[in-house]
Amino acid sequence: MEPISKDRFKLVGLQQQGTDNVAKASLTFWQDVVRRFAKNKLAMVGVVLLVILVFMAAFGPLMTEFDYRSNDLGNKNQAPSAEHWFGTDDLGRDMFARVWEGARISLFIGLAAALIDLFIGVLWGGIAAYKGGRVDEGMMRFADVLYGIPYLLLAIILMVVFGQSLGTMIVAMTITGWINMARIVRGQVLSLKNREYVLAARTLGATMPWIMRKHLIPNAMGPILITMTLTIPSAIFTESFLSYLGLGLTPPIASWGTMASDGLPALKYYPWRLFFPAIMICVTIFSFNVIGDGLRDALDPKMRK
Amino acid sequence: MEKLLEVKDLCVSFGTHGGEVQAVRGISFDLYKGETLAIVGESGSGKSVASQTIMKLIPMPPGKITNGEILFDGDDLVKKTDKQMEKVRGKDISMIFQDPMTSLNPTMKIGPQIMEVLKKHQKLSGSVAKERTIELLRLVGIPMPEKRINQYAHEFSGGMRQRAMIAIALAANPRLLIADEPTTALDVTIQSQILELIKDLQQKIGMSVIFITHDLGVVANVADRVAVMYAGQIVEVGTVDEIFYDPRHPYTWGLLASMPSLDMTDKAELLDIPGTPPDLTNPPKGDAFAPRNRYALAIDFEEEPPMFQVSETHYAKTWLLHPDAPKVELPEQVKRRVRKLAASFDKPVLAEGEA
Amino acid sequence: MVKYIGRRLLYILLSLWLIITATFFLMRLAPGNPFTSEKQLPPEIKANLLAHYGLDQPWYAQYGDYLLKVLQWDFGPSFKYKSQTVNDLINTGFPVSLVLGLEAIFLALAVGVILGVIAALKHNRWQDYTAMIIAVAGISVPSFIMATVLQYVLAIKFGIFPVARWGTFMHTVLPAIALASTPTAFIARLTRSSMLEVLSNDYIKTAKAKGLSEFMITIKHTLRNALLPVVSYMGPLSAGVITGSFVIERIFGIPGLGSHFVVSIGNRDYTVIMGVTVFYSIILLFSVLLVDILYGLIDPRIKLGRGKKGA
Repeated sequence: MEPISKDRFKLVGLQQQGTDNVAKASLTFWQDVVRRFAKNKLAMVGVVLLVILVFMAAFGPLMTEFDYRSNDLGNKNQAPSAEHWFGTDDLGRDMFARVWEGARISLFIGLAAALIDLFIGVLWGGIAAYKGGRVDEGMMRFADVLYGIPYLLLAIILMVVFGQSLGTMIVAMTITGWINMARIVRGQVLSLKNREYVLAARTLGATMPWIMRKHLIPNAMGPILITMTLTIPSAIFTESFLSYLGLGLTPPIASWGTMASDGLPALKYYPWRLFFPAIMICVTIFSFNVIGDGLRDALDPKMRK
Repeated sequence: MEKLLEVKDLCVSFGTHGGEVQAVRGISFDLYKGETLAIVGESGSGKSVASQTIMKLIPMPPGKITNGEILFDGDDLVKKTDKQMEKVRGKDISMIFQDPMTSLNPTMKIGPQIMEVLKKHQKLSGSVAKERTIELLRLVGIPMPEKRINQYAHEFSGGMRQRAMIAIALAANPRLLIADEPTTALDVTIQSQILELIKDLQQKIGMSVIFITHDLGVVANVADRVAVMYAGQIVEVGTVDEIFYDPRHPYTWGLLASMPSLDMTDKAELLDIPGTPPDLTNPPKGDAFAPRNRYALAIDFEEEPPMFQVSETHYAKTWLLHPDAPKVELPEQVKRRVRKLAASFDKPVLAEGEA
Repeated sequence: MVKYIGRRLLYILLSLWLIITATFFLMRLAPGNPFTSEKQLPPEIKANLLAHYGLDQPWYAQYGDYLLKVLQWDFGPSFKYKSQTVNDLINTGFPVSLVLGLEAIFLALAVGVILGVIAALKHNRWQDYTAMIIAVAGISVPSFIMATVLQYVLAIKFGIFPVARWGTFMHTVLPAIALASTPTAFIARLTRSSMLEVLSNDYIKTAKAKGLSEFMITIKHTLRNALLPVVSYMGPLSAGVITGSFVIERIFGIPGLGSHFVVSIGNRDYTVIMGVTVFYSIILLFSVLLVDILYGLIDPRIKLGRGKKGA
């Protein structure tokens, strides 16, 4: 045994009252979420695509001298060229201008649907959970019954009856869309209502609005955000679906759905008339979906790998 | 006695986002035939990882055996492929887990879950396997086994589920049973029943048992020898008497002092071990226990202590056993237990294989 | 069990009643009456027609009449094609749609489950990434775009499949694929996440500790439990296939109920729109009930009528 200097065997005793604070500086929940989200390559691709899309929706129509509505029958069905970057349609309208105009419409429809769902859902689910008992039972049963209605069928009927306007379309999308949000909000409120720290806060005299702000909203934020992110692509899909059935928005509004369904029969001769709106629909649905998935993975540490 | 299992310098780590967690850091121990070894430690001490590594049940990746050997009957399990391990698992070595609520398949009847083992390892046909299953359930003390085999796990109580798990583990007459905290999730009254059952069956079948627990009270009841684990290492190992009546490692003192006992006078309060275990992504320099040690020496923060031998069977990994170390006063709660054991050496010596 | 089904039936009838009532009154709000397009009908003929269709009755009589007729499986006449009733359309169109729909459901289940299982077993490896990229692509491409592209490439360009119409099995391939693409992607993702969830359970470790091979563990322990969420997805899946069939049947010129429905929308044939909607709702609600019963049968933890019991 190598000799060891004796003074190193001095008794020094407990060096620390607790080692709890030795752990690495812990990130706050949302910092952690952002970090995990940023590591998800697919989700980041989605974010980049979405940023481009939003940028082009804002400024795309300004980049070309053509207006999305002006017909030019002398120049119909032109292939993409230096003049008409995405070509022209059967009325000689510039597809580049129309596609970005369509981006505005689609994003607007998606956002509007998501926000209305959020508003009704939070109100409905929040009140049901907060009141509890028979009120809760009644409100949620009503939602169940409504949920049983196939929503695209309902959307079709509404479009037929009330005419093909932007307003009808948004109503059609939200008439059953809010139910999911209401269920999520209700579930979150219920589980939080009985959580120990909320009970603790209540016994300490915290008021309900304070608890809502401090505990409920941060906790319910995640699932709500995911649901909203996934509402937008489904709204964009519904728009194009209804347009395809001939129940879409009426001219001169340029929506991707109407452009794509106008372009379908011309696929063989003028493929760009389908290609550009179709690719926009796919890319938008794709980016919202991967962002939603990324959020879900980032918010649910159980699935963290 | 004949050795059944020899673990030599086993290291296991897990790759995570935050870096590589060294869950097991060079443990060595032997297990003799028919013997019960208890592995004791806090959660996160690596005891479960160590035991699951013996069966190679840790998910790989992210888990990885970075060093060492696991000799089972002279065969190195570390080198075996997953296909080769299938012949060992359930047949030579089997395992029961902590939570009987989740370790049984909820959508499969209990009978088939036991028969699976018999069909796989003993190649029994359906009707014979069924007979044997009923026999096994009776053996582990489940009443009306003919009826029980057609029930699902949710129709069993916690204790009954753990009995069923034991039946699964024993189905192919294994030579080694690893029990990973088998009583932690159970009610106290059920705990002792299950412990008795395991002890009883061990004697009947003559298998060896590795018993993982954080509860020293359980250890005294079932084990022949005890290994105390801290931060992925074995810090002290010895017979039950040696660990209970002549503990040498300050961590073992801590464990004993924090254990309530019936004969405790109200003067002697329970003593806690301050702080929490270290982060094993970056194991501390020196003795991993040093920051929480009331008896820490200066050298503990610089150099890892070697394993000292206290008797033929008793080893401890602490600088306090160095001839130059100061003599320390044991905690009151431990002091009352300590007695001179005849087998102890006059002076601790460095264990063989340590420089 | 009987009590449970009874209660579910009650809710279904409630939903149905709501749908019928809503469609009935919405259709009355629709612009114009069914005969507005046919100009200059002599008043007595018009009155005759109205009387023939019961339109001269007060609204509550019409409503009660309609409810009664639906109960007798009579979905009313078509206003545009005098000789045809909604029942005729259902009888000729629905069998075609059913064949196509079942083919798509089968395809979606088979491909989706296989993709999901592979992805979960090879979690975080290239097989996983590949399967999930296929799945995300499937979700991102709306079925009508998928259908058009498939038709253009495989039928028009390469002539492997017939372009359109209905007849042989070959006619069904492309529409079934197009119809199945989105549900396949959903099922693949669902299967994957549910497999991963099940794989993290202790009883999988138990199975491994028994010495079972990975294949046996997957077949006997993982898959069965992982497929439970897929079973509950069958309801939305049927809804998706039905609504998807509207566009797919039109693109491929298939004479199914979906095509008829789309035509009636174009014609604003209100009674047909209403009748087919009610018919589809009945089909959907009962398939949801069927799925629930099926779920209860394969998951022993669920005592029907008492809700979920702790695992």
